[in-house]
Amino acid sequence: MSKQEVRSPLPGVFYRKPAPDSPPYKNDGDAVAADDVIGLVEVMKSFHEVKAGVAGRAIRFLADNEDAIMAGDVIAEVEG
Amino acid sequence: MTIRSVLVANRGEIAVRIIRAAKALGLRTIQVYSAADADSLAVRIADEAVEIGPPAAKKSYLNIPALIEAAKTAKADAVHPGYGFLAENADFADAVVAAGMRFVGPSGSAIRLLGDKVAAREVARKAGVPTVPGSDGRVTDAETAAAMAGEIGFPVMIKAAAGGGGRGIRIVHDAAEFARQFPQASAEAAAAFGDGGLYVEKVIPKARHIEVQILGDGRNFVHCFERECSLQRRRQKVWEEAPAFDLPQDVRARLCASAVELARSVGYVGAGTVEYLYDDATRDFYFIEVNTRIQVEHPVTEMITGVDLVQEMLKIAGGQPLSVRQDDVAIVGHAIECRINAEDPYKDFQPWPGKVEKLAVPDEAHVRFDTLLFEGYQVPPFYDSLLGKLIVHGETRDQCLARLGQALSRLDIQGIPTTLPLHRALAADPDVMAGNVHTRFLEKWLETGLAAAGREKEVAQ
Repeated sequence: MSKQEVRSPLPGVFYRKPAPDSPPYKNDGDAVAADDVIGLVEVMKSFHEVKAGVAGRAIRFLADNEDAIMAGDVIAEVEG
Repeated sequence: MTIRSVLVANRGEIAVRIIRAAKALGLRTIQVYSAADADSLAVRIADEAVEIGPPAAKKSYLNIPALIEAAKTAKADAVHPGYGFLAENADFADAVVAAGMRFVGPSGSAIRLLGDKVAAREVARKAGVPTVPGSDGRVTDAETAAAMAGEIGFPVMIKAAAGGGGRGIRIVHDAAEFARQFPQASAEAAAAFGDGGLYVEKVIPKARHIEVQILGDGRNFVHCFERECSLQRRRQKVWEEAPAFDLPQDVRARLCASAVELARSVGYVGAGTVEYLYDDATRDFYFIEVNTRIQVEHPVTEMITGVDLVQEMLKIAGGQPLSVRQDDVAIVGHAIECRINAEDPYKDFQPWPGKVEKLAVPDEAHVRFDTLLFEGYQVPPFYDSLLGKLIVHGETRDQCLARLGQALSRLDIQGIPTTLPLHRALAADPDVMAGNVHTRFLEKWLETGLAAAGREKEVAQ
């Protein structure tokens, strides 16, 4: 079983859902495709989608909703 | 003055500006900061600094209990909110007063009244200020709305009552389009804002954005003339001037008098701005809204009038009457402000934080650079991208533009992308130089003007 890391391309604030009252893009344990959006990074008031980049049968988040992150921080792990 | 100390409930360049103004008045300054701002210029220059929470603004600069606690602990007499964050939050103003301190700005009830778009429009109308023709409040029924749009005259805007900052606006050009768009707009507003309420407003084509700076101490009210903020991108101002160019004297007189009347009608306390749309073709102006705070672009007004607006705000909060009378306020020359942001204008203005490797600022009497930067400063990713404001004064607008071109070429910020290339291109643009701009000018210009400047840059390299 392989495990791959998803890193943030940007520094900022990480959000797991598209809007405060929406459900999260993905829950722990969900399967993901490479093109799936798994979160948003807000940098200086602009929002950028983060894609999984890898496909796998289960994702586990290491960054919480609204966590402050730096570029390159691991935000999730995907099990292949 | 009855206040001896002030807590700055903000960050960035405006915090620096407030601290300097407060120190000039002999006040003790207390700067709050989030964990991401411990190394900020405001923290460095304040007499005291208090950490109030983690980087996310919601947990620090927007955290009312944390701010009140910090102010009490530091024994502050007054709290200055700056702009943005809680500057126009009536609950914050009330909380500061309830905790026994002065709020540097109008009362919570005045902020509430003027912050409500429909109520503010009513206040303006009662004070004799012309408002943009439109529905008075919400319209729910599509047929009534269509009839009203016909009376106002197309094109009209359909706006979401709960929208703001340019969101939830549609422009329609005839009755058929209106009938089609109205139900869609309502459904969209309900989905986006949880409120399907709409109102209708006349479109002022090629409108200029002109705003009047006012000051009030509750008894006396003055204006410090107007600013022109027509160069906007996504409804955000990027370049501001004072005075507005080629504004007929009689229009200026009526415009400024109307803003003072509005301030008087509500017994305004503090510094404020009354915003208008101005139609060059008909010489009509229309009230849009009141900002009950100091604004980013206040320095251009200071440069042409010599009035220190932030010091004046602090004095008023300390119970002093206005130190200027209307007769004392005169326009001397012309001033332009360029907002320098940590954004790459060649990549769709993508903001990018980073470390300032080098900073060189032109040091001349007619140049002012209000900034949070110093060499080695790490710009954090958590807040807005404004790095500083370059403000230049000249005896005439032409001289101001010439000096601005020089100052922009000498201002050097390295290590992070900035919007300096945008301003250099604008300062050399024939339409900008001729003052031939309106609120939709910049977006259009960006499609061609900056690209052309960018190509020249590539060729030069």
